[in-house]
Amino acid sequence: MSAEKKTITLNMGPQHPSTHGVLRVKLELDGERVVTAEPIIGYLHTGIEKTMESMLYYKAIPATDRMDYLAPMSNNLGYCLAVEKLMDIEVPEKVKWARVCLVELTRVASHLVWLGTHSMDLGAMSMLIYAFRERELIIDLYEACGGQRMMTSYIRIGGLASDLPADFEKKVRNIIKTIREKMKDYDKLLTENPIFIMRTKGVAVISAEDAINYCLSGPMLRGCGVDYDVRKANPYSGYENFDFDVPLGKNGDAYDRYLIRMEEMRQSLKIAEQAIDGMPEGPYRAHVPGVVLPPKEDVLYKMESMIFHFKIITDGFKAPVGSVYQAIESPRGELGFYITGDGTNIPRRVRVRPPSFVNLGALPILTEGYLLADVVCAIGSIDIVLGEVDR
Amino acid sequence: MKEILTALGRIFIRMPIGMLVVLKHLFKKPVTLDYPRKKKPMAPRFMGRQYLERYDDGSERCVSCGLCAAACPADCIYMEPAENEKGERYAKVFEINLLRCIFCGFCEEACPEEAIFMGHHYEFSADNRDSFIWTKEDMLVKHPRKDNPFKTLFRRVRKVYGVGEKKG
Ligand code: SF4
Ligand code: SF4
Repeated sequence: MSAEKKTITLNMGPQHPSTHGVLRVKLELDGERVVTAEPIIGYLHTGIEKTMESMLYYKAIPATDRMDYLAPMSNNLGYCLAVEKLMDIEVPEKVKWARVCLVELTRVASHLVWLGTHSMDLGAMSMLIYAFRERELIIDLYEACGGQRMMTSYIRIGGLASDLPADFEKKVRNIIKTIREKMKDYDKLLTENPIFIMRTKGVAVISAEDAINYCLSGPMLRGCGVDYDVRKANPYSGYENFDFDVPLGKNGDAYDRYLIRMEEMRQSLKIAEQAIDGMPEGPYRAHVPGVVLPPKEDVLYKMESMIFHFKIITDGFKAPVGSVYQAIESPRGELGFYITGDGTNIPRRVRVRPPSFVNLGALPILTEGYLLADVVCAIGSIDIVLGEVDR
Repeated sequence: MKEILTALGRIFIRMPIGMLVVLKHLFKKPVTLDYPRKKKPMAPRFMGRQYLERYDDGSERCVSCGLCAAACPADCIYMEPAENEKGERYAKVFEINLLRCIFCGFCEEACPEEAIFMGHHYEFSADNRDSFIWTKEDMLVKHPRKDNPFKTLFRRVRKVYGVGEKKG
C-alpha cells in the first residue's frame, strides 16, 4: 500500500432528505472520515431582500413570511419592529403581549419541526409523527388568528392584522397543556435513549471561542455555554416583563443543543402562559394617522379613516431618512432587520441578518474529523431553514 | 463500573420505556383524517379563494376602485372599470390570477366596499394554466343569497350618498 492518502469528493445534496431543503454539501472524504465539508448554497434564492426594496413598507410583510417558513410570526415581528423603530411608532400594550405569546408559540412550533426531522434523520421515525401532531395545534391557532396556516402575515406595522379571535385564550391554554403533557413522552423516547445518545453525544462539537468567532447565535451558541439571548440582552416587545430562564449547555455538542431546545420549548410555554394570564385589554392597532391602517369598521363609517385608508393602501407612508437595525431572537438565533429609509415610501435597502445562514457557516468546523453519518447529525442540529439561508 | 451500569440501565430500562410510548399509541384513535372523504372545518378567518359579494338587493358591491389591486403584493388583480346607466361605477372586467396569488388577504383588507372576500374553498387544482385566471363570473356569488357564510358584513344595503341622509 502506498503511503500517500487518497481522498474522495462526495456530493451530498442538493436533493438529499437530510439537508432539510436544497443544500449541497461538498464533502472531502478520507475513508469514512470527513476531511472538509463545504456548504454550497443558493439553490433556493428568491431575492426576497430585493423584492422588499421595491415594495411599499406594508406590502413587504408577506415576503418576510417566506424566508423562514417554519417561524413566520418571528419574521413578521422582526420586520414590523424594525419599521416601527424607523417610524417611531409606539404600539399598544395588548399588541406587545399578544405578539410575545404568538412568537413564543412559534418557537415551540419551529422547535417541534426541528425535533421531528432531526430525530428522524437519526432513525427515530415515530418522533416525526408525534411532533407534527402537536405542531398542528399551533398551526390551527395561526389559522384562527390570521386565516393562513403557514404564511400568516398576522403581525403588521403598528399592531396586528385583526383582533385576536374570541377563543384565543382557550386555544392557547389547550396548546400549553397538551404540549407540556406530550413533552414527557418525547423525553421518554429520546433523552435517555442509548441510540440517540450515541448518535449525538460528542458529535458536531464546537468550542465557545469558535462559536463566537463564527458569529453563531441561538441554541448553537448557547450550546457551548455562552449566555447570549437577544430577549435578555436587548429586550424588545416587552420581554423585560416576563420571567424565564435561558438554558445553557456545556459541551457544545449535538446532544446539548437538543437539551437546550427542549428546555427552550418549556420556557416558551411558560412565557406564553404568562402572556395569556396578563394580557391587557386595549386596541389591536396603534392610532397613528397616515402610517398605520385604521380598523376596518372605522373605514366604512368615518370619512377621515376612509381617506387615510385610501392613502396608505395606494401610496404607503413616507419613511424618514435614516437606518435602523432591530434584532429579535428567532427560534434559530438572532434575526436582524436593517432598514434604510430615504424619505420615499419604499425602503432604500433592506438587509436581513439570517440566523440560519450564519450558523450554517460553521458546518466545516462541526463536521471536520467526524464520520460521514455525523454530517447528517450536524446539519440537523444546526436547524437550518434553506428559505432563510438563501432568501 | 458506573458507566456500564448507566449504559445497561439505558438499554434495559430506558429503551423499553420509550418503546412503551410507541406501543401506547397503537391503541389510540388516530388524529389524521380520511381526507378526500372527510374534511376539516376551516376557521372562520381562513383565507381560500376569493369571491365577490353582493348587496342584499342583488347589486354588485364592487365599484372598481382598484384598491385591492393596489394593495396586492403579488400584482395579480386586473380590472377595467365602466359605468352603468345610472352612473354607478362597476367592474367590467375583474380577473385574479390564482397562480400568482399568495392568499395574503390584503385585497379583502383593502376593499372599502366589502366586495372582495377570501372564501373557504381551497381545492382548485386544474390541468391547464388558463383555468387559474378567475373572472368576475366565477367569483361573483349567486343571488339571492341569505348571508355571507364566512365573514360578517358591516354594511348590508348600498349607501347612496347625499340621498335621504340626515344632517348632523
Ligand atoms: S373589490 Fe373592493 S377594492 Fe377591489 S375594486 Fe372592487 S370595490 Fe375596490
Ligand atoms: S390574496 Fe393577496 S395576492 Fe391574492 S389577490 Fe388578494 S392581495 Fe393579491
